[in-house]
Amino acid sequence: MSGVPNRAGFPPPPTPPRKGEGNPVAPVARTRYPKWVDSDLMYSFTRSKLVVAAALLTALMVGAAFLAPLIAPHDPYDLKTLDLLNADLPPAWVGRGEARFLLGTDDQGRDILSTILYGTRVSLLIGLCSVLLAIGLGVTLGLWAGYAGGRIDSFIMRIADVQLTFPAILTALLIDGVALAIFKNYRLEGGKFWVLVISIGLAYWVQYARTVRGVTLVERNKEYVEAARLIGLRPVKIMFQHILPNVLSPVLVIATINLALAIITEATLSFLGVGLSPTEPSLGTMIQVGNRYLFSGSWWMVAFPGLTLAMLALAVNLLGDWLRDALNPKLR
Amino acid sequence: MLAFAIRRLLEAIVVMLTVALIAFALFRYVGDPVNQMVGQDATLEDRAQIRRDLGLEDPPYAQFARFVANAVRFEFGISYQFKQPVTAMIADRFPATVELALAAALFAVALGILMGVYTGIYRDSWLSKVFLAVSLVGISLPTFLIGILLIYVFSVWLNVLPSFGRGEAVNLGFWRTGLLTASGLKALILPAITLGLFQMTLVTRLVRAEMLEVLRTDYIKFARARGLPERAINFGHALKNTLVPVITVIGLQLGAIVAFAIITETVFQWPGMGLMFIQAVQHADIPVMAAYLLLVAFLFVLINFIVDLIYVRIDPRIRILGRGA
Repeated sequence: MSGVPNRAGFPPPPTPPRKGEGNPVAPVARTRYPKWVDSDLMYSFTRSKLVVAAALLTALMVGAAFLAPLIAPHDPYDLKTLDLLNADLPPAWVGRGEARFLLGTDDQGRDILSTILYGTRVSLLIGLCSVLLAIGLGVTLGLWAGYAGGRIDSFIMRIADVQLTFPAILTALLIDGVALAIFKNYRLEGGKFWVLVISIGLAYWVQYARTVRGVTLVERNKEYVEAARLIGLRPVKIMFQHILPNVLSPVLVIATINLALAIITEATLSFLGVGLSPTEPSLGTMIQVGNRYLFSGSWWMVAFPGLTLAMLALAVNLLGDWLRDALNPKLR
Repeated sequence: MLAFAIRRLLEAIVVMLTVALIAFALFRYVGDPVNQMVGQDATLEDRAQIRRDLGLEDPPYAQFARFVANAVRFEFGISYQFKQPVTAMIADRFPATVELALAAALFAVALGILMGVYTGIYRDSWLSKVFLAVSLVGISLPTFLIGILLIYVFSVWLNVLPSFGRGEAVNLGFWRTGLLTASGLKALILPAITLGLFQMTLVTRLVRAEMLEVLRTDYIKFARARGLPERAINFGHALKNTLVPVITVIGLQLGAIVAFAIITETVFQWPGMGLMFIQAVQHADIPVMAAYLLLVAFLFVLINFIVDLIYVRIDPRIRILGRGA
């Protein structure tokens, strides 16, 4: 804390109560949570230029993606504006490129820049939804396993162990494949979004469950939990209102790194042809389509979506790494 | 040691049975096997007859027992898509995946250890920084993008390496190998690098971290004091002690390599099991999916088991712990 320049507008931060010391009745301390985030985290944040750059890049890409309908020069979903005569144009600064298609066009005459903006939006949405699903499932099961102990604990953790034997991408692929097999007789245009979200979410819950269980095992023997039990609160309330806030910082770290993984997984599944269909552009489907035209020299169809995906993953990964060091949670 | 091995073996069997149950449920309930076998104009009696012949009227546990018994004998039924026995399809593609995975693992381990040792010893040199930056990129870039990038540079642009397929393969009885022909070896380079890059960065970072740790210890200082040459200290004393975690990680990553081979094989159209699996998923070819799932699960469980045993052999601390339990 000492020597931190106080940023304009913030009252001097109170001394942050650290976990495990001071007042064990955490609820009192927790009301000050947002303020110490401002002080402690912001300090380590502003110290690293790389992290600030990563955060700016992430903010820029997320912002651009969600404002896509407002800022994109064309609407890739609007079939009326597509013209096959515009197909396969290179970026504006190359040969026969045109200024209205800054990054060129794809095989159907869609503007690459606009499609990237819309595609990033789809990729981010799938990533966010699947991370939320993984958090919900993993945290609930982890809390339950850690708090209940005994048979429930070993049952849940056994499932986690079995699933951990396999890489997440394989699990996602398998769930995706099964869902496609079940629904192959139905037309699934919008539904594929949720198939992807569920496949990816179910593939990544294990790490949350294991971490949360570990912390819960420690927390449940503390006095505040005992006190809550003594005044007759129901276990669900103790788990979610009393223990949960104390396990959130490792969950936040895992979630950030998980987001990068989820975006990559979505792109991979779409690239493999078992994700979204090319009419719903995501970064993965764009790369898949572009890959077919690589040999005819149309490098821009792959290069720009690929670059976007790589930068997004790199930036979010950097943020996650920094968050892990800054929060220094009990992740070993 | 024996008790430890038996306990691990029992756990492995439980995992395999769980996976077998999932595969069975897939096989039995997701697609209707009868629909896939008969034509459109089969009568209801024909269908009922086939159902009885296939034993689909038996109670589920009997069917499951039969499924497991068949799986143990490597019988997984007929592919819906290709109308061939799944076992023959796998036998055809297995060597391609194994050769690719081993080449990737070799690339990852050899280069990863070298880079790890170098960055561990010369931590401030510019080359170390380049290595670490490359490894950060390697971790962030998705496998398929790396593949596309390599294809663009080496096949489209420089035109020196093939971009798809396995080259010429030589038949050695039951094993078709691509390692004996020049075109086969050339075709192996790009897929192996693509597949192994992530593991290489992992090994690099791990070896580097372990080297930094070990180089600080007293026995290294003592070795220096004895006047041993740098090479003997770095490779004979330091590297040797970093290898325990490295072996574990490599063993476990071998499974990941097999899983990620799906992506690499798709990018390079490598005729292995991963490509077969992806085509099965795209066409809802359940018998192939079930067989692949069981086979990969078996591979993973086997690798985990072996890694555990090696670990116990190498690290005496675990042996003592195991004896106490």
